[in-house]
Amino acid sequence: MRELELYFGPQHLGMVGNFSITLKVEGDRILKADANPGYLHRGFEKLIEQRTWMQNFPLVCRINVVEPDHMELIYSMGVEKLAGIEVPERGKFIRSIYCELARVGSHLFGLWAYSNMLGFDTVANWAMYHRDLVLDLFEELTGARVYHIYIRPGGVRRDFPEGFEDKIVKTLHTIGSKVPDYNATFFENRLFEKRAKNIGKITCEEAKKMGAVGQAIRATGMKYDIRKIEPYAAYDKVDWKVPTREDGDAYSRILVIRDEMIESVYMIFKLLDKMPKKGDVYTKTPNPFKWRVPAGEAYVRCESSRGELGLYIVSDGGDKPYRAHFRTPSYSHGLTILEKVLEGESIADVGNIMMSLYVVAPEIDR
Amino acid sequence: MSKTSFLNPFKAIKYLFEKPKTLRYPFELKEPAKRYRGFHLNDWDKCTGCGNCADICPNEAIEMIKIPEIEANLAEGRKNERPQIDYGRCCFCGLCVDICPPGSLTLTRDYLHIHFDTNTFKFIPKDEKLDKATFVPTEEYSVLKASLSHRKQDYQGFSPELEYALFEPERVKMPQIPPEKRKLSFIEQVIGYNKDEAKQEAGRCLECKLCEDACPAHLKISEYIDAIYRDKPKESLEKIYEDNPIPSICGRICMKHCEDACSLRIRGDALAIRWLKRYAADQIKNFKEELEIHPGKPTGKKIGIIGAGPSGLSLAYFLRLQGHKAIVYDELSGGGGAIRIGPPKYRLPLEAIDKDVNYIESLGVEFKFNTKVGRDIKFEEMLNDNDAVFIGIGNTVSFSTRVKNSEKCILALDFLKDNKIGKQRKVGKEVIVIGGGNVAMDVARETIRLQHIQYPGEKVITKTVSLEDWDELPATEEEVEEAKEEDVQFNPAWGPKEVVLDDSGNIKGLLCRKVKSVFNEQGRFSPTFYEDKTKFLTGDMIIEAIGQRADFSFLPDELSDKLEFTERRKVKVDENGMTSIPKVFAGGDIVNINLDAVTAIADAKVAAQGIDKFLKRQQQIISKDVIGPKSLESKKYNGKESVDD
Repeated sequence: MRELELYFGPQHLGMVGNFSITLKVEGDRILKADANPGYLHRGFEKLIEQRTWMQNFPLVCRINVVEPDHMELIYSMGVEKLAGIEVPERGKFIRSIYCELARVGSHLFGLWAYSNMLGFDTVANWAMYHRDLVLDLFEELTGARVYHIYIRPGGVRRDFPEGFEDKIVKTLHTIGSKVPDYNATFFENRLFEKRAKNIGKITCEEAKKMGAVGQAIRATGMKYDIRKIEPYAAYDKVDWKVPTREDGDAYSRILVIRDEMIESVYMIFKLLDKMPKKGDVYTKTPNPFKWRVPAGEAYVRCESSRGELGLYIVSDGGDKPYRAHFRTPSYSHGLTILEKVLEGESIADVGNIMMSLYVVAPEIDR
Repeated sequence: MSKTSFLNPFKAIKYLFEKPKTLRYPFELKEPAKRYRGFHLNDWDKCTGCGNCADICPNEAIEMIKIPEIEANLAEGRKNERPQIDYGRCCFCGLCVDICPPGSLTLTRDYLHIHFDTNTFKFIPKDEKLDKATFVPTEEYSVLKASLSHRKQDYQGFSPELEYALFEPERVKMPQIPPEKRKLSFIEQVIGYNKDEAKQEAGRCLECKLCEDACPAHLKISEYIDAIYRDKPKESLEKIYEDNPIPSICGRICMKHCEDACSLRIRGDALAIRWLKRYAADQIKNFKEELEIHPGKPTGKKIGIIGAGPSGLSLAYFLRLQGHKAIVYDELSGGGGAIRIGPPKYRLPLEAIDKDVNYIESLGVEFKFNTKVGRDIKFEEMLNDNDAVFIGIGNTVSFSTRVKNSEKCILALDFLKDNKIGKQRKVGKEVIVIGGGNVAMDVARETIRLQHIQYPGEKVITKTVSLEDWDELPATEEEVEEAKEEDVQFNPAWGPKEVVLDDSGNIKGLLCRKVKSVFNEQGRFSPTFYEDKTKFLTGDMIIEAIGQRADFSFLPDELSDKLEFTERRKVKVDENGMTSIPKVFAGGDIVNINLDAVTAIADAKVAAQGIDKFLKRQQQIISKDVIGPKSLESKKYNGKESVDD
């Protein structure tokens, strides 16, 4: 048969955003896939070098549109490590709760994207609605729905508003009570199983070699979660499990995402229980116009909803970062792993696999 | 996982019977959260125009715009600039709200702006008080008209909470000797910041420079504070020396107009600018060896300066930097003038004064101490010998109340002078100080120290009597507070009527009458009393500290007649600091109404420029007369003249 070159995206319904793949196909089979990032390059790492330490935290959240919260967190953690700032206990708990809410919101968004692409429109609409409920919580807490700009170096910007804990519990109950419906219509739906099982399969060894993190590696049976390995914020204060699956295919990955969402909900309840009822939520940082962070370099990492997120940040003792570099999970998932797993799959499954790898294009281009 | 029925997904059908979750916009609107970060609101009355919002904005969306309708008051730290926000750039992060020192900037829950003109994205936020047409009650609000000029009333969102502000509202506490200990001796009350404290305090400065506009001498405050923050006291001191050559003195007794303008004072404490200046001056042990300030190229001009007070000292310094020769005459045995005799040792030790004076002397300024113009040297002689003369004599003669038997009282300046640079005065056990100004506070607090030294362990009382009531006391709040801490008693709103003597002619006390009002309708000093309401204060010594005036007796009559005065009895000077007598300049307390050191420095700066300009013009006139054809000359000097004038 004839080999054809097929352009998949950036204008394609199944595409995750400003991203494209060049496929070499023979009939329906993919022989080779070439990922083309670069449609959304906004030069964040360079911009960071031109803004002061405090001016940067409204900027970094924009690196990942879907889930800005972990970007804020990692930047603040980096600056705190460089400057030797300790976050107060309550601040740590709020950070954890906030990040878990972000994980729930982000997973629901991912669920929307995945189910919507596969044609499960009902589930997609539920997921979008439930994500909106999480965004309502964010709005209440931070004053914005998408770019929360809430975690600042030193802690968080504002304490919980009055009665916020109850609102979290109520919203999470609403979402949690729908899990059986999600299961019935999507996760345990036979149609979905047929579409997702044994698709985009990788082994644990391959995953490790290619730098897989997050669901991609946990779906192959490895318990790799930064929150456990290198606990930050308040993750070591409560008991929780790392959900894993063994098969390493798209179906396992999506089930890990579901289980994580449920685990996050339980974790938030536990965190709310253990959270100190009073106390500072942030440590005072120096005057933003004069703040000079001591010279040095730091590497910090956290578990974003997509996997390990790292930041290498360097200070030359000035009022701005000298260099910042993000290690984002979508980078390895969207480039190396995607190219590898697409080989031998059919064209109809490109979007399917990409969504199951949970790729967010803006994270690749920084 | 066991296989589920293929009918299972049909469970979703039950959702058909639920209410829709979507909102029917624009008929149904979602109420934004209480903390919503929407469009800005700015309380123009509170806003100082400091521009911190524009500085912190990560997107450079904020620009400070001059508003001509607003009256600027630089002395109080209020500019007539207000922020304009470009909503094409704004990311609604709210950093501007968190940095706003007065807390005037707020975000609202409004976020809809529908308009055909993109220029409307540039917007100067106001609030409901100023812009009634824009902010409508909820009933009148229509989302179809929603824009920056159609917003809801009472719709505040993300607000400036001091608790979460990005600046530090509280001042680093200045270590001081406690009142019960300090009132026993003349030990310097303020200990001074150490390095860490100074750096921490300097770190609070937001660099908005409102202080620099308020300072009469326009010191580059934010720059020298930043140098302290960066742990570079020498750089800081050199920056101070550009505008103020007496930092050790001003670092202790400056009236700190800058701190009255500091934007941090509105919701917290003003930056301790004065103490930081003192820190910079104290850090450098030997000015002469460490500072790199050099006199200008010699010009051959000579200026005589009368009075080695702040204005005279500063002028001499500035003139030296221009290369002129300066000779300073003073009747005292050292430099400082009123500063040398006025502020008691616990506020300003002599060593601090000498440190500044010696440095100015080391730059080549000639001092002639113990020389009184008019007594030891004639003014006319001075005028002839020098290319210009500067009068900075200050107010040296104390006023008396002139009530009955007031000749038995002691005058404030004599008392202070003797204690500081002469022989300590003997004080009574119960002393009455008449006056409510800073000099009166100095006298009272000095008296209490002398009493404790002279009568150790005995009961001693010092009380003040002032015409002004608590809220209008002319002394600074700080001085009054510290005097209270040291157990000085106050009798505000009482005026002296008669000094009462006992049979042997010694002071028994002061008879006072209640004050009706201190100022008349025009705001002029003109006290009125209730003659029937009197009070008798016992005391064995009375000191009058009700004000000072200048002594112009050294001027020969023909010049004295020429010297013009303003309505407020101040020497009239032009924009160059020159008096109505040619070649004679003036500054300091005899010219300005602030009567403080930093204003004297400001006068000196003006006079230094004026004298330089005057001398250059003299030079031109002379060269015109001496050298060649007029046509050539006029060509040569035309441009320069116009610049100079």
